Amino acid sequence: MLSGFYKQPEMTIGQKLAEMNWGLIALLTLISSIGFVMLYSAGNGSFHPWALRQMLRFGLGISILVTVALVDIRFWLRYAYVIYGVALFLLIVVEIAGDIGMGAQRWISLGFINLQPSEVMKIALIIVLARYFHSLPEEAEGKLRYLIWPALLALVPAALVMRQPDLGTALMLLMVTGAIFFMAGVRLWKFAIAIGAVLAAIPVAWHFLRDYQKNRILTFLDPESDPLGAGYHIMQSKIALGSGGIFGKGFMQGSQAHLNFLPEKQTDFIFTMLAEEFGLTGGLGLLGLYGLVLVYGFSIAIRAQSHFGRLLALGMTATFFLYVFINIAMVMGLVPVVGVPLPLISYGGTSMLTLLIGFGILIGVNVHRDMVIGRSPRMDGP
Amino acid sequence: MIRDQDRFRLFSRRALLLAGGKLALFSTLAGRMYYLQVIESERYRTLAEDNRINLRLLAPPRGRILDRNSVEIAANQRNYRLIIVTERAPNIETTLDRLSQLIDLGENDRRRVLREVRRQRGFVPVTVRENLEWEEVARVEINTPDLPGVHIEVGQTRFYPYDHAAAHLIGYVGAVSAKEQTGDPLLDLPSFRIGKNGVEKIHDLRLRGRAGRSEVEVNALGRVIRELSRREGQPGDEVRLSIDMDIQAIAHKRLGEESGAVVVMDIHTGEVLALASTPGFDPNAFNKGISRDYWQELMRNERAPLTNKAIAGQYAPGSTFKLAVSLAALESGLVSPDHTTFCIGHMQLGNVRFHCWKKGGHGRLNMEGAIQHSCDIFFYDVARRIGVDRIAEMSKRLGLGQVLGLDLPGEKAGVVPTRDWKRAVLNQPWHPGETLVAGIGQGFVLSTPLQLATMTARIANGGYAITPRLTRVEPPEDQAVIAEVEDATPANAFADLKIAPEHLDIVRRGMFAVSNDPRGTAFRARIREKGWEIAGKTGTSQVRRITLAERETGVRKNEDLPWKERDHALFVAYAPAHAPKYAIAVIVEHGGGGSAVAAPIARDVMLETLRRDPASGGRGLIREARADANGSRRD
Repeated sequence: MLSGFYKQPEMTIGQKLAEMNWGLIALLTLISSIGFVMLYSAGNGSFHPWALRQMLRFGLGISILVTVALVDIRFWLRYAYVIYGVALFLLIVVEIAGDIGMGAQRWISLGFINLQPSEVMKIALIIVLARYFHSLPEEAEGKLRYLIWPALLALVPAALVMRQPDLGTALMLLMVTGAIFFMAGVRLWKFAIAIGAVLAAIPVAWHFLRDYQKNRILTFLDPESDPLGAGYHIMQSKIALGSGGIFGKGFMQGSQAHLNFLPEKQTDFIFTMLAEEFGLTGGLGLLGLYGLVLVYGFSIAIRAQSHFGRLLALGMTATFFLYVFINIAMVMGLVPVVGVPLPLISYGGTSMLTLLIGFGILIGVNVHRDMVIGRSPRMDGP
Repeated sequence: MIRDQDRFRLFSRRALLLAGGKLALFSTLAGRMYYLQVIESERYRTLAEDNRINLRLLAPPRGRILDRNSVEIAANQRNYRLIIVTERAPNIETTLDRLSQLIDLGENDRRRVLREVRRQRGFVPVTVRENLEWEEVARVEINTPDLPGVHIEVGQTRFYPYDHAAAHLIGYVGAVSAKEQTGDPLLDLPSFRIGKNGVEKIHDLRLRGRAGRSEVEVNALGRVIRELSRREGQPGDEVRLSIDMDIQAIAHKRLGEESGAVVVMDIHTGEVLALASTPGFDPNAFNKGISRDYWQELMRNERAPLTNKAIAGQYAPGSTFKLAVSLAALESGLVSPDHTTFCIGHMQLGNVRFHCWKKGGHGRLNMEGAIQHSCDIFFYDVARRIGVDRIAEMSKRLGLGQVLGLDLPGEKAGVVPTRDWKRAVLNQPWHPGETLVAGIGQGFVLSTPLQLATMTARIANGGYAITPRLTRVEPPEDQAVIAEVEDATPANAFADLKIAPEHLDIVRRGMFAVSNDPRGTAFRARIREKGWEIAGKTGTSQVRRITLAERETGVRKNEDLPWKERDHALFVAYAPAHAPKYAIAVIVEHGGGGSAVAAPIARDVMLETLRRDPASGGRGLIREARADANGSRRD
């Protein structure tokens, strides 16, 4: 590290483009293309209504990704609280809007896209936490009271999202926070205490859950108790998946999905459709591709010279992992149905954009990996 | 820098841990995938097929019921059903308005349709009306362009062309009740009908046939995507009866408004050619779901239209029982063939006086004459001599007091009383006077018209124990051949009752005199055609007790009594008298005298039977004209 080469803060765009992980971008494109194929199948062999729009979104998303990747990571460092503040403000806005009679609306219409503040928060929280732990004075490391502030940074938006109500996103925010805490070196026994506290809080939290959320959890615990009611989706998903067998029923041959036994086949349950049509082979193949993306994420994180960059990279990777894990575990009946899409494949613009912006930041970390940033952002300001 | 290096080392260690954790979780996913898609795959594949494939049963056409000449007694009729598919009818109200101008559509139907439309998914057809007339079908078909979503569906309903005439015999079909569910999925079909009574019930399983099945692929909403396979069902077997519908119809017509029954039987084979019971009911009303009013009317009618009186009506046989008493007496050896009694109109037993129906008495009579005049005193005397147990024994041999096993539900056994019977059932000792009453077929004795016809047939055929039978069953494929085959099970294939022929002769001579001697009780109802003469026995069974006071002031005439208190009129006979072939039993409930009411009915039905007999050849037609001429004179 002492022999480290200091890049000039002002790299040229050409240099930056050359440093980007084009392999990762190709991998993302490949995964998204699998999504197009599945959406084509979900549309009964038609680009309408889903596949084509998804392709256009992906095109837009990739250009945003490249743009974001060009941004100097010190920009994220400097404006971390601003970004976080804006995201929190938007969350409060939708919360108030919901209260004054616009229903349980989770998004703000920007005309061409519906902005979901909770999605913005997923990225903003990672940035702000990365900055906090990056800038933590040496003497403060390992001291409990310095964890209060980042815990609040996470809990406030999580509580707001929970109220929307969006249990899945709230849990994801908390779990990503946990991952960053872990990477920042928080002692394991503190996690044990936190987990203990959460377990103790479950009966209280149960009280605040909406009926349908309670149902989902109860159904998860015993899906076959009510096969035509709340357990219907999970049963149908397992049937579709299980009946796919090793090699699947073939492209566009997924009877359960095509005969509409499978709910939400173009969004949350698209993995089931893939596994029904392409079997265990297809499912494991996709899982492998996702694994490869994680490998990229980890290697970028390890290679980054700044703590901020590392935390940023791992935070993004963790978010991605959580998407994949929760969604697939959910359709296979391992966790309750919480409404988390399968990254890059499920139909939907917001999650696609969030993910691609996240990957843009990840690649940005790679582009700026050799940048050494002091603990105080001002010292190394451009 | 040192700090940073520590931090980096910690970070790397933790990153490795985190990566390990993620790998473990991904492995869990892969393991779960393996579990669902490989280990549990079979189970889910089955569940998926269950999801996807919907088995639909195709109801088989019910087998027809034919008479001995292949005339349809129960058949299937096309049932035109008007259905509407909501999703293809943009405005149900308008469509219904238009329909009500074309067909009869009540406000109730309309409300029911609208209710079902709201409840069902758009592609589920809703029945607007069933059993459309052909004209209505045509009117709807012509207007289909203006009636989007409206279709005519063709189904099948049971149809009984002879409605009332064979109602008890054939029975009817109706919707399956919860109790009748056997788990056979066919019975779950909403339009499926099973036999509820009569032949329809007894032969239900054969008539049903086997269901076909159609496998259709459906989606989660139940909409049919396509038919995967179809196996047509097997129609139910045809059931051929021994009944001759022409004779049955005549019998029914002759009973007319009366409450009664007629049984006609082949004395050699036991085949029943007619089994009529009145009043009847319309079996067609039951298929469609009987209306409450009609049901109430049937239930309230004191003439019990739902009872098959031919097999379930139990009546005191009255004087027709004297045939059995005669044979019992002769066979016992206690009464010689030339035994006589002197009738003075009454006889004394202890301090009870028993009356003959003829007030002044008959004078001296032998057995033949006693049958001819139906003298009560003769049979009181004979009964007293032989005792009730011997009478009972002979009655049983002749077919009374037992279920004869005709293929119909609800056959009754009647009663042939003995000393033991009375002790067992009533826990009372037998009184000698009751033997006398039994001797003239009154008191405890009860028999059904079917039993009386069987008794007569056994006397006429020389004492062979024929049993009544109703069905001639042939597989449908070789019908044509079957029609040619004369089912001729000779009487001597049945058990010989071992009654001396000379004793039977005495009884038959008496019966011949009843119908053919000018002083016989049924002379006025004889058959005049040479060679077709009838030999019979009248019976009038009392349903009320005639008090001493009434006897002194004069027994009231039947016409003066309320219907329920009038006597039953009975007549049993066989013909032709010299070469017996058919036996008949007629009962008219509360009809009055057997000779006046029952005998003429028996005569007319028997004439028709003889006319239709294959052996009568061309004679039938010539006589038909003559009989008509006679008939107009008689009435």
